[in-house]
Amino acid sequence: MTLLVAEHLRKQFGGVIATDDVGLTVDDGEIHAVIGPNGAGKTTLIAQLAGELEPDAGRISFGGTDVTRRPVHERSQLGLARSFQITSIFRDFTVLDNAALAVQAHRGSSFHFWRNARRDPQLREPAREALAAVGLGGRADAVAGELAHGEQRQLEIAMALATRPKLLLLDEPMAGMGREDGERMVGLLRGLKAGHGVLLVEHDMDAVFALADRITVLVYGRVIASGSPHAIRNDPRVIEAYLGDTEAAPA
Amino acid sequence: MRRSVAAVVLALGVALLVAVPLLARALDQPFYVTLFGRIMIWAIAALSLNLILGYGGMVSFGHAAYLGVGVYTVGILSAHGIENGYVQWPLAIAASALVALGVGAVSLRTSGVYFIMITLAFAQMLYFLGVSLKAYGGDDGMTLAARSQFGHWLDLENSVVFYYLVLAVLLAFHALAARVVNARFGLVVQGVRVNERRMRAIGFPTFRYKLAAFVIAGAMCGVAGVLLVNFTKYVSPAFMHWTRSGEIMVMVILGGMGRRLGPALGAAVFLLLEEVLSGYTEHWALFLGPVLIVIVLFARRGLAGIFEPARSSPAPEA
Repeated sequence: MTLLVAEHLRKQFGGVIATDDVGLTVDDGEIHAVIGPNGAGKTTLIAQLAGELEPDAGRISFGGTDVTRRPVHERSQLGLARSFQITSIFRDFTVLDNAALAVQAHRGSSFHFWRNARRDPQLREPAREALAAVGLGGRADAVAGELAHGEQRQLEIAMALATRPKLLLLDEPMAGMGREDGERMVGLLRGLKAGHGVLLVEHDMDAVFALADRITVLVYGRVIASGSPHAIRNDPRVIEAYLGDTEAAPA
Repeated sequence: MRRSVAAVVLALGVALLVAVPLLARALDQPFYVTLFGRIMIWAIAALSLNLILGYGGMVSFGHAAYLGVGVYTVGILSAHGIENGYVQWPLAIAASALVALGVGAVSLRTSGVYFIMITLAFAQMLYFLGVSLKAYGGDDGMTLAARSQFGHWLDLENSVVFYYLVLAVLLAFHALAARVVNARFGLVVQGVRVNERRMRAIGFPTFRYKLAAFVIAGAMCGVAGVLLVNFTKYVSPAFMHWTRSGEIMVMVILGGMGRRLGPALGAAVFLLLEEVLSGYTEHWALFLGPVLIVIVLFARRGLAGIFEPARSSPAPEA
């Protein structure tokens, strides 16, 4: 089932066309990776899909609903979650508070003024589950800002998961990670395929080729190729524009 | 450990405030009732600002406006012979909330310095509106004939009765604020302070929560205004001047932003310093400044931060 459809997206900043007639789809249960050199417009694309930036032209539909003009929080309510390239957590809250806040956003109104939300099992239990799913179960009571970098990246994913999304937009989940943390993250992301569609923006080519079902290559805001990992790895345009000089693609 | 220290400070503070009228009578110093009554009224104003400034990160630099709306609503009704407190008080609170709704709906669309300037501008508009109301004293202000009438069971003209009413309101607001900040609503407001972008990304329509917090704070400050006008029996635009907004803000920062006991401690230290220093010199503000700087420098988290636990420390779960 196709969850997300983007068609003819265009976004221009002054003279720079950051997104130029981009179209892509993400199905339930697949990981669709978007790769490209720095400045290719990957984060700008994510921002439009998530709703932080409005495209100048084009259309985005999610689960059959046109969401092109819908604000971020409404897309989240429809089941579209995102993680951030630069860790964006509530640093002076506990790890559990971070995840519970994400749960809370999707469990009815927050116009409750009396009951202690930190003791509400309806918020705490699903939050603990989301933490356990990313391997942070044992760190629930730590202050988020004091976590190691790799753990903060895991918390990024946990907060997205705690919103019970249908689709995850993951913006470089492995940014700044060492080898060990990176491998753990690959395992985690692979597990997310069951029950979610995933749009993955990532620079780590080992991870991309290990995980992706489909890959779209962006260069200067344009899609230059899209297809299976095998097809992408052997596409002469991709090799010339991106993969060739990095030698990052595994043989 | 710190949690229990905070509880002890709170208990001592309440005990002291309860005892003030008795001590004042024993020492034959009725002035203490007035002094601590005034401190508590400003503590209520600071408490309301702490909700949005301390917990919500909204630097509202026009908070005295809502105080002024409370003051003027009671004053104007009183000038027209309506002295019934059951009419005055609800109307004054509603008026403060309504003004906060209007100001918030506009200013919360901005952030940072723009937000500070817009809230300040609105407050100054209300200040000059007060100055222009010649029928209600204009620049000079106007004296009230009597305090709000609540019937025989609650005689506000009795200064001790009035003192205990102010204390009751302060304690009720303190308890209410302590609940709200840990309830769903309070966590959303604090989340917005820490990372509003992420709050939207996880699905919160942040504007409506910020606006609700702004209106609640405005209404609570309106209550402080209602108490203040009854306390002084005097209406004046001076209550809305921007320096008043600044003083409320100083109380919050001095006491500790986002800390439960911060507003009361800040108001108490600020006004007691003013009281003591003004006894020595009419240029007391010259000495108050350095004292404030020293306190803020050496207690960055405010006076309450010395013994209160960090604001988002893990709460024990039931």
